[in-house]
Amino acid sequence: MPGWRRARLTERTDQTATGRTLTFEVARWPGHLPGQHVDVRLTAADGYQAVRSYSLAAPADTDRIELGVQAVPGGEVSPYLADDLPVDAEVEVKGPLGGWFVWTPEEPGPLLLIAGGSGIVPLMAMLRARLASASDAPCTLLYSVRGPDEVWYATELDSAAQHTHIRRLYTRLAPADSERPAGRVTKLDLPPAEGSRCYVCGPTGFVEHVSALLLGAGHAPDQIRTERFG
Amino acid sequence: MGSLSPGFHGKTHAFEGRLPPGQYPTESFPVLSAGPTPHIPTDRWSFTVTTEVGESRTWTWDEMMALPQEEPTVDIHCVTRWSKFDTTWRGVSLDVLLDEVETAADFVVAESFDGYTTNLPLEDVTDGKAWLAHFFDGFALSPDHGGPARLVIPHLYFWKSAKWVKGLILTPENEPGFWESAGYHDYGDPWREQRYWSD
Amino acid sequence: MNEQEHPLYLDGNALAGPLGEIFTTDPTTAWRLCPSCRLPATMAQLHVYGPEPGLTARCPGCAAIALRVVTQPGYLWLQLGSGAGAFRFARPHITS
Repeated sequence: MPGWRRARLTERTDQTATGRTLTFEVARWPGHLPGQHVDVRLTAADGYQAVRSYSLAAPADTDRIELGVQAVPGGEVSPYLADDLPVDAEVEVKGPLGGWFVWTPEEPGPLLLIAGGSGIVPLMAMLRARLASASDAPCTLLYSVRGPDEVWYATELDSAAQHTHIRRLYTRLAPADSERPAGRVTKLDLPPAEGSRCYVCGPTGFVEHVSALLLGAGHAPDQIRTERFG
Repeated sequence: MGSLSPGFHGKTHAFEGRLPPGQYPTESFPVLSAGPTPHIPTDRWSFTVTTEVGESRTWTWDEMMALPQEEPTVDIHCVTRWSKFDTTWRGVSLDVLLDEVETAADFVVAESFDGYTTNLPLEDVTDGKAWLAHFFDGFALSPDHGGPARLVIPHLYFWKSAKWVKGLILTPENEPGFWESAGYHDYGDPWREQRYWSD
Repeated sequence: MNEQEHPLYLDGNALAGPLGEIFTTDPTTAWRLCPSCRLPATMAQLHVYGPEPGLTARCPGCAAIALRVVTQPGYLWLQLGSGAGAFRFARPHITS
């Protein structure tokens, strides 16, 4: 596996007040699979280095990669990437990484994606790849967020909802026109199991909770793939 | 090559005199974990010192609390580069506990309820250099930070200050512990920046 | 994946980067049977504590240690299981 490659920031997009998508240009990027991540390495002037993992938000697209960064107050790396790294400046990336939390169009069956907060990022790469594929099997995205202000990719998800089943689950503050009261994900929110391959990404507590719900709803353990970010 | 990640400073900032090389000061108290946090009720807690010939002395929580207590205020230094100044603890000097056993050992292994171990020269935990602490910053030590009781050995990197400690085993040879057997320094002096095995 | 100040734990997906330096194929799809509780799991499903001072990967069922990884400037240490005796690998891609 190759080591660290230089990556140049070309674009930064606000997704929420603290969530950003960052597009980097990486020469000779070898491509990646939906769900994979990269490790990002920052180097201070005195040589100090910090490494963090960030998920790839889009299917492979030549030399461009899109990362999702949620700024964590007091974090060492995420606030810098979210707001301080200048456009055209470089960081180092290693990847693509991970071979287990991936979905490819060669898996044609029903797909169930369940995201908590910024856990949407790797699932967005899967959703985008699924929409670009020929599959007409059921595909559902359940997206758990605290309130309407915390939705990433809001416009794109609205238009994708015309082709696939996308449901936002508000945990703290639901908009007035929402038929579902605010609250954490329950078994009533899950679609029928129907042999779906399930991908769950979010904070550790969210992933534990949703995994237990999926097992309780009859999903096979070997069809549930999870990624925790803390 | 141009500069990478311009404007990234990490958390390395100079601090006069009290900051060992490569450290940055922090106000917070980061929690580092290598496993699930054990929750040990004090009525099931005990602390045992075992000698190199297998003799042992055990204290219950109440017996430990009845021993003379000290209130050290110390600076602590984590190998992950944070340092925290003037931390206040309450606990029993390890001198008090080790005085109760006969030993000719030169080393000690601290053992924790979660299986964690760390090794130390005996002379680094005697003569007022180390405590069994159960109170931090005015409150009973929380499980996150090693409660009900942890070691506090401020002159060495803080991984030596075993959380959830349940005893000391005196050993004639130096036996590497949990992190020492996976690449960290046997001794861990922050002022000599002894982070890794070869430092 | 993203940065949290005090994560409970991550999972074995986070091992792909550090172990990718020394394995020629992605190690996170490797499968194991826990010798303590017999629960099968891929490396990606292990519960991973850290990242500092090192990564400790545990069985998601019984928390027995499956492996530990410590990354240092010139070396990567890999310890399998809970006993003593780590393998130290030279890291071939260190450029700085």
